[in-house]
Amino acid sequence: MATFMTIAIATCAFFLGLILGSLGAASKLSRSPILRLAGQVYTTIFRGVPDLLIIYLFYFGSSGMIMYIAGAFGYTGYVEVNAFLTGMAAVGIISGAYSTEVFRGAVLVLPKGEIEAAKAIGMRPWLVFRRIMAPQILRLALPGLGNVWVSSLKETALISVTGLVEIMRQSTICAGSTKEPLLFYSIAAGLYLFLVSFSIRGFHWAEALTSRGFRRN
Amino acid sequence: MDLVFIFKTFLALLSGLPLLFKIVLPSLAVGFVIAIGLALLRLSPNKIISSAVFLYIYFFRSTPLLVQIFMVYYGLAQFVFIRESFLWQYLRHPYWCAVLSMTLNTAAYAAEIIRGGILSVPWGHYEAGRALGMSKFLLLRRIVLPVAFRQALPAYGSEIILMVKATSLASTITLMEVTGIAHKIISDNFRVIEVFVAAGAIYLFLNYLVTRGVHRVEYLLSPHLREAPQSTVSPKPL
Repeated sequence: MATFMTIAIATCAFFLGLILGSLGAASKLSRSPILRLAGQVYTTIFRGVPDLLIIYLFYFGSSGMIMYIAGAFGYTGYVEVNAFLTGMAAVGIISGAYSTEVFRGAVLVLPKGEIEAAKAIGMRPWLVFRRIMAPQILRLALPGLGNVWVSSLKETALISVTGLVEIMRQSTICAGSTKEPLLFYSIAAGLYLFLVSFSIRGFHWAEALTSRGFRRN
Repeated sequence: MDLVFIFKTFLALLSGLPLLFKIVLPSLAVGFVIAIGLALLRLSPNKIISSAVFLYIYFFRSTPLLVQIFMVYYGLAQFVFIRESFLWQYLRHPYWCAVLSMTLNTAAYAAEIIRGGILSVPWGHYEAGRALGMSKFLLLRRIVLPVAFRQALPAYGSEIILMVKATSLASTITLMEVTGIAHKIISDNFRVIEVFVAAGAIYLFLNYLVTRGVHRVEYLLSPHLREAPQSTVSPKPL
């Protein structure tokens, strides 16, 4: 069960990260200096500050925020926030910062000539993006996204500090009640090892699939 | 936003910095030395040695550092022979457990980075060194490793930043470094945003220093890529 929780939270966070990463890359590459600055600030903060601190920020911060709003309505009790949602948001936003850089790198290596050619035959910007840029970005970004996925998978272990029962928390509970910490943390390590090797396989397969017809150089 | 509170928090968090350095510096230094050894063993023609090192690297890179820290801190204490050996006076302390697990972890990451650097050394360099009659060790020391370090430096810079960030995990085994103190202040008064701003500023500044330092070393190590200094005295015409 705990393993499914880890997979669920990592998957949700990764997809949240993909959305944020595309937005982040778009704003970092845009012509507007304000958007560029916003993208820069986003990636600098969330790649530079420890993940644990960001998880604390979301976990305690969101409960504080909700309590503040509830207080405005006259409710003064303690509000427990959903550890799944806050953990997912924290890991998702961190992985979004890394995905931003991956997407940006992929866009920057797209050959300029292809985009010019597409414009020259009268494609509109959206069509250029959909037909020419997006398929190539997908292929070029895959290896980087694989790394982002693996690191968000490992980051979910930190969410255990908020009490969410995923692999890490479950092993701590088992270790505490059986006095066999080494055994249970080794099982946790084994599960992560399995998930990571399984996903690396998957990404290799996807890379092979998307780079059919390309010469390796 | 309460600026006075942020500033007070900032000062409180600064007291966690010495411990942060005491964790990250020995880990990086020892980890780097181990990593060189691992990288060389990984490239050894002996299949058994290189696959053993591969397994080590694979394990440490595929599991969360938190699991590794917990395995060392909670797991090793389970063995009676460790509790009775001389190691126990170190492994009792969360500090040494944090340093040990972070050293082993960074050794695995850095080994891959250095291996990449070594593989990027052009074959001609080896041939030239051999042609001059260099022994294997001399070739390694004078030619291969310096070139490999130069190549590996940018990637190693990000590894240093990852390690600085990873010290925050030491707070989970009771060590009060910057994140540990931040957590305590948050649980005392629930002013999350202010504490986050103060702690974030410290980490971002550390990362900035690391980035600058790595750029500086990169600059020093690549004099051949710079333009030759312009002499102010114009050469005499022949």
